Amino acid sequence: MEFLFYFFSAVLIFSALKVITSRNPVLSALFLVLSFFSAGGIWLLLEAEFLAIALVLVYVGAVMVLFLFVVMMLDINLDRLKEGFWDYMPVASIVALIMLLEMILVLNHSYFKDMKVNNALSTSNTEALGQVLYTDYVFPFEIASIILLVAIVAAILLTLRGMKTHKSINPADQIKVQRNQRIKMIKMKSVELGKQKKR
Amino acid sequence: MNIEWLDIVLESFWILFKILLIVIPLMISVAYLTFFERKVIGYMQGRIGPNRVGFYGLLQPIADAIKLMFKEIITPNKSNKTLFFLAPILTIAPAFAAWAVIPFNAELVLADINAGLLYVLAMTSIAVYGVIIAGWASNSKYAFLGSLRSAAQIVSYEIAMGFTLVGVLMCANSLNLGDIVEGQKGGLLQWYIWPLFPLLIIYFISAVAETNRAPFDVAEGESEIVAGFHVEYSGMAFAVFFLAEYANMILVSMLAALMFLGGWLSPVSFLPDGILWLFFKVGICLFFFLWFRATFPRYRYDQIMRLGWKVFIPITLVWIIFVGFMMQTPYKGMFH
Repeated sequence: MEFLFYFFSAVLIFSALKVITSRNPVLSALFLVLSFFSAGGIWLLLEAEFLAIALVLVYVGAVMVLFLFVVMMLDINLDRLKEGFWDYMPVASIVALIMLLEMILVLNHSYFKDMKVNNALSTSNTEALGQVLYTDYVFPFEIASIILLVAIVAAILLTLRGMKTHKSINPADQIKVQRNQRIKMIKMKSVELGKQKKR
Repeated sequence: MNIEWLDIVLESFWILFKILLIVIPLMISVAYLTFFERKVIGYMQGRIGPNRVGFYGLLQPIADAIKLMFKEIITPNKSNKTLFFLAPILTIAPAFAAWAVIPFNAELVLADINAGLLYVLAMTSIAVYGVIIAGWASNSKYAFLGSLRSAAQIVSYEIAMGFTLVGVLMCANSLNLGDIVEGQKGGLLQWYIWPLFPLLIIYFISAVAETNRAPFDVAEGESEIVAGFHVEYSGMAFAVFFLAEYANMILVSMLAALMFLGGWLSPVSFLPDGILWLFFKVGICLFFFLWFRATFPRYRYDQIMRLGWKVFIPITLVWIIFVGFMMQTPYKGMFH
């Protein structure tokens, strides 16, 4: 168990470092996938199998696929990205310092030190989570889901701005089409062979 | 201390042996599924299919495998070599890894884990990386177009597929595949195909789309983008993609048999349950895959997206609510 924990942690730290140091953005995205995977492995060691698999399913299987989708199509010029490095350096280091301080404060707190892993669940993980989300805290959970729904609608609306100029197909109209709307039968007198007008 | 280590080593070898017991028959089934496909499609189109190598052409898949092994693997110029060879591995690894939790009968299962269904869904969802990376690393426009199409398609149909599985787990009250099958005990009428019939149809069509099979094979699209994401691959590297596609076909058929068709349970009470029933049901599902390929013309890309998002997802959502509603009524016996 201990060996597995150190193995997953080492892979996680290595891949997380590679995410920010890799020169190729596609490789960075793939290393992020690897770090999600190893985080899932660590959660499995904590007997949180539902969360671990959900992490792989949601982040690796859906979010990162779309992320990779976008990153692959970008044509990133690394020189231009590096241009302002020294200008941004002071601000960035202040932000990093504050974050570091905050993390030290949180991790040093007595609450964190006394926390124990509670893996003595009597039922399976999935059932326990379902109980908490859909029975004990059903209203906060529903409110959170409605907020998410609003965000989804807003995001879709942002892509629909402006007049609709492109042509699109309406499948209902396509199905309703009758034969006489597409072809017109025209009766013509046939011309007998040999009697055609000569030019 | 020494004995403890020996135990661990022995146990690892025992697990390895069990893995081989699953993987080797799977590889053979994949080989003969390709043969079966050519024969079935051949007869459907009034031809006889492969009939030269061996008795009735039965050695054809082996001949194909040997041919592919001896072909040269060409790496395209300016491609990303590491990712180029990583892509086939990333395609086949999840296709095989998912088999770890598949039960063949009440006792015969490699890893009997609680969240089996979720694990299978997670494994099938990461199979798309192989396709995306293959398209990008090949440094070819056709391959790239193919991988973009495939990524969008697989992510879309995964949602509908996930919702159909929600319906199954509502009926079975468990995510363990063995428990799901046991929940369908009691003959043909107890199978989940009846209460979840619309979900079965949607699951099966989504499965065809997820495995990039005809009529949803726009990722390959021979007529417009040559062969899609694997256009630059040759020899064994190509064969691995091929293997993964067929292994995934068998996997989703197996899942359909386990979740909706009662797995290894016999449809009538006077015949015993057994693994043969499972293989028979998987065979029927696989035949449907081949039948689709011989029958339907390829979908247009916007129609695929419309079908996934505007038809399947609403239907599955409504049916899940319906099942949940029915479970509160006196008819809940039908939905277990």
